[in-house]
Amino acid sequence: MLTYSVKRLFGVIPVLLIVSLLVFLLMQAAPGDPVSMLVSDEATTEDRERIAAAWGLDQPASVQYLNFLTNAASGDLGTSFRYREPVMDLVLARLPASIELALYATLLAISIGIPLGVLAAAKPNSIFDTVGSIGGFFGISMPNFWLGILMILIFAGHLNLLPSGGREPWGMDLPRLSGFLTLDAVLQGRWDALWQALRHLALPAIVLGTAMTGIIMQITRASMLENLGEDYVMTARAKGLSNRVVLWRHAFRNALVSVITIIGLEFGALISGAIIVETVFSWPGIGLLLIQGITFRDFPLITGLVLIYTTIFVMMNVLIDILYTIVDPRIRMR
Amino acid sequence: MATATLARGSGRSRYAFLLAPKALFGLLMIGALIVAGAFAPLIAPFDPARQDLMAAMTPPQLTGPHFLGTDHVGRDLLSRIIFGARVSLLIAIAVVVFSGIAGIVLGIVSGYFGSRIDSLIQKFLEVFWAFPPLLLAIAIVAFLGQGLAIVIIALASQRWIPYCRLARAEAMSLRDREFVVAARSLGAGHTRILREHILPNILPSMLVVGTFAMATAIISEAALSFLGLGVPPTIPTWGGMLADARAYISTSWWMALFPGLCIFLTVLGINLLGDVLRTRFDPKIKNF
Repeated sequence: MLTYSVKRLFGVIPVLLIVSLLVFLLMQAAPGDPVSMLVSDEATTEDRERIAAAWGLDQPASVQYLNFLTNAASGDLGTSFRYREPVMDLVLARLPASIELALYATLLAISIGIPLGVLAAAKPNSIFDTVGSIGGFFGISMPNFWLGILMILIFAGHLNLLPSGGREPWGMDLPRLSGFLTLDAVLQGRWDALWQALRHLALPAIVLGTAMTGIIMQITRASMLENLGEDYVMTARAKGLSNRVVLWRHAFRNALVSVITIIGLEFGALISGAIIVETVFSWPGIGLLLIQGITFRDFPLITGLVLIYTTIFVMMNVLIDILYTIVDPRIRMR
Repeated sequence: MATATLARGSGRSRYAFLLAPKALFGLLMIGALIVAGAFAPLIAPFDPARQDLMAAMTPPQLTGPHFLGTDHVGRDLLSRIIFGARVSLLIAIAVVVFSGIAGIVLGIVSGYFGSRIDSLIQKFLEVFWAFPPLLLAIAIVAFLGQGLAIVIIALASQRWIPYCRLARAEAMSLRDREFVVAARSLGAGHTRILREHILPNILPSMLVVGTFAMATAIISEAALSFLGLGVPPTIPTWGGMLADARAYISTSWWMALFPGLCIFLTVLGINLLGDVLRTRFDPKIKNF
């Protein structure tokens, strides 16, 4: 178990190294001189050379890459062209907003998707079943940016119930403790701030969670149907156990492995979905930071963010693989 | 499965499964996309780039000239949607074909030969698979700039992986089958076996993968265009139209509704068709 985990964790290193090289090569292949993004149009040749030297851009590409790697290994991802601040600081300041949004979206997807999936399997051909089977296709076919715009149109525009973007109303003075607004509000007993934070979270979390809800619903349904046909379920029913116990304590517990699998597989879609949803709702997370960085051709920021996203994604996949072997010991370690 | 090819079945019943409502809807959507894309200049009532500030933000009108209304600079929405289909169609076909060829070739070579070359190709795959979906595409466009070819490369950069995985798995199970062993003992070379015995037998499942890849390509292209990372903004795209609509959402709902509806219905149709093909050819293909 431990050897397997350690082996998987170390196996990540070569992949991430090649990923970093690939991203660095892409940056090198970018048209235009990055120095021109740092100087004004009137800058003289001397100015340009001085600034290139200050940012290390006068070095050969191989030296730049090695410098980048050594710095990255110690948590320094370089300095943003636009903000003139360390990329890592910019990311860390915005990361809680992204995590909070992703967490609420996942919670929403789980708490709607699983019960609907179980109900659909328990009552085949009922309304839940129809909703369940349509839901999956709906989820994968619905562009989240369109859904977001429609939500703004209806709930922020016409009904005027919820804010159309941002994370908190202007001028809300909630001191930051963890960076997670809902948690900070509860910790400080600021119920007004909690209410505002939840109001701002509602639309982006629903939009980000919609695709996952559909997929969780489908997988739960399929996996439950499979388990409900097993002998142990018949035995449980023959023992006279109530339908609810059979459904949740027996069949669902076994269906859980597939549900965890799919939540893990959907983590990547959650990341790319968040980049888009944060842009639609002006949510001040790292997705919006990336898109703004691209607009300003802020190369260090883009490179840093792509590497952070990829590292999080790869590590998450490894953790899920390790989690499997704990949940289901039958899965043999390779 | 191994002996199944596209020619399985006979006569009219061979294609009868395409008459299921789900498949018909999908075929209708693909047909509409092809017709709109190919004949856009003939069908579109207006020049999609023609601005008419006097008619800006005209709501949809059943009898007037602008059936679906106009945008913030008075361009006809219906015409832009029809021309937008061109970009979606062109990019979807290019991505499906290029990533399909790359994925299938790498996959069957990997699965058929195994050993060293297999582990090399799998390492290569692992690197591209390490990026969250769409992020590599975003990075490619962010660094290399906007353009049709770059968007196609960006979207194909990860799309080949599902083809490769499934082609590898199927080639692995085919390589020891009797008819392949027989062909080999009769002196057929590797290229010939791959081309004449392995490839035809994996085509049905590749068709299924390709159908889903097309849906993904269309939705991803729209996402890139929406983020301002697609083809240059002078070319009308469905995603780009939605990006324009964001600023006028409180006044002109039609600008947001119709382009999104086109993306949704097209992608939904293709996904449903993919599901029908999957059940027809191989119910085992699930998460590839």
